Amino acid sequence: MSCWQTIQDYALRSLGIGERLLPREDFTLCEQVTLIGSGLLWNIYFGTLALLAGFFLATAVAVGKGARNRPVRKLSEWFIFVFRGSPLFIQFFFAYFLFLSLKSHVAFFDPFTSAWLGALIVLFLNTAAYSGEIFHGALRAIPKGDVEAADAYGFSGWSRFRRIVWPTMLRLAWPAYTNEAIFLFHATTLVFFSGFPAWRQKGDALYYANYFADKTFNPFVPYPILAGYFILLTLVIITLFGLINRRLNRHLPQEARRGLRLRVNVIR
Amino acid sequence: MFEFCTDPETLDSARWLACYLTTGKHANFYISFGTVLLLLAITAPTALAFGFGGAMAARSRVWPVSWLGKAYIALVRGVPDIAFFLFFVIALDQAFEWVRHQVLCPDWDQPIRQGNDFVVCAAAKLPLSSAPQWVHEVYGFFVAVLTFAIVFGAFSANVLFGAMRAVPRAQLETAEAYGMSRRQTFWRILVPQMWVYALPGLSNLWMVLIKATPLLFLLGVEDIVYWARELGGTANPRFTAYPHGDWRTWYFLALLVFYLLFTRVSEIFLERLMRKLTHGQATTGGMAQAKRGGA
Repeated sequence: MSCWQTIQDYALRSLGIGERLLPREDFTLCEQVTLIGSGLLWNIYFGTLALLAGFFLATAVAVGKGARNRPVRKLSEWFIFVFRGSPLFIQFFFAYFLFLSLKSHVAFFDPFTSAWLGALIVLFLNTAAYSGEIFHGALRAIPKGDVEAADAYGFSGWSRFRRIVWPTMLRLAWPAYTNEAIFLFHATTLVFFSGFPAWRQKGDALYYANYFADKTFNPFVPYPILAGYFILLTLVIITLFGLINRRLNRHLPQEARRGLRLRVNVIR
Repeated sequence: MFEFCTDPETLDSARWLACYLTTGKHANFYISFGTVLLLLAITAPTALAFGFGGAMAARSRVWPVSWLGKAYIALVRGVPDIAFFLFFVIALDQAFEWVRHQVLCPDWDQPIRQGNDFVVCAAAKLPLSSAPQWVHEVYGFFVAVLTFAIVFGAFSANVLFGAMRAVPRAQLETAEAYGMSRRQTFWRILVPQMWVYALPGLSNLWMVLIKATPLLFLLGVEDIVYWARELGGTANPRFTAYPHGDWRTWYFLALLVFYLLFTRVSEIFLERLMRKLTHGQATTGGMAQAKRGGA
């Protein structure tokens, strides 16, 4: 079977399009590259949506943690503490079994036990907590002069937040937030190993890499392929976030612009 | 365990729960918490040693060594570490068996990789197929610890490498001015001073390590996740004296609370340690704290 044929059969296999049966024996390199790449679509799906939705909740949580209102502050603090203080792996398991038992009482929760929704919600809340903490730190680091200048210009309330505080917060938080984005994408590989079933073998990149490693008992081919894909994905994220970083810093004098300096901060 | 446990069906709910939570299977569950703590106790120093080696290699003046050290540090950056875990467990196992095979069965003529099988001679199997069950479990745990140490060694190498570079240049120049060799400067000046700079990064790493322990489950060790799934699943009255529905939600809630408490306690302890270490060290301590505040 030619490689082109394999790509036609398996490139969208993780979405359920194309050949139904996975290859069973005589795995070619082409099959492994195609299927693992196909699984990467799920990682991109989870990462992108969780990051986009999480961004807004993170802003709310960050503001909430700095709020003067005690219930709001406590609620935000606890939200951040629970999701940052426990392993994502356990959160996935807990959420899955919680949705499973809810499903037996209320039919509404039926889709929540599938990975596409249930795991997405967990990732969304998780990244909101981590980014919320980053944004909260940035909010506290906003130069006093900036806010005073805004006051002097007659900004107040919502317009002050929207025009002055929020953009500055983003600018300060951006390098750390880029890190968070990278590790969120890495964390998406946990989904299909934590209770959420891969229905009809529609799994993510690691799911297929693990499939090949189990079947061939040779980890030296599928995992390096997976690693290659993720290094590419990481480079894409760094490029995209770098562009946004440039835009956020465009008003600063050339000297003061900070490039993205990234630190390793690993999984949750 | 308790005397009134002989006939569970007649008990009221509080006593039933007391009996239920002290069955033999639950003892295994509680012991597996010990497994997690043991893993942490062994992995943390091993990973630190790996990290120290990696950071030293990355600083080396011999370029292949420094390149190797830097590659070790950089690899973890772009690749999900779960992939590393799944990879190393098989790769290490096969590497050990391959080496033993070369040593123990030199006149074996068949290829080791036959299609989808990895075939070594019986004497090279690890652990030996005749070994008792506990040897298999200990070996599995050992491979898991090594895997954790390799992955987290790379992370701590990164932290230590940064800490070594954070030590003020003037300190090293002074040492050179006093006529110390490169080696002496490293061991007598750099290493004692770098810990204050490394501690924030290392304590962060400790928290990450705690939160990575449930991944033991993926490495095939019977850890808390394994037992929570096992015990929480629906218990059929035909097979057990304590039938119940699907309680896995509650078991994982318990694990969640366990980890929250564990990370919270660690956080408080590390804060105290930091305060103690920086106490009286006006310059370095102040710098480390300013660095932490700015990071």
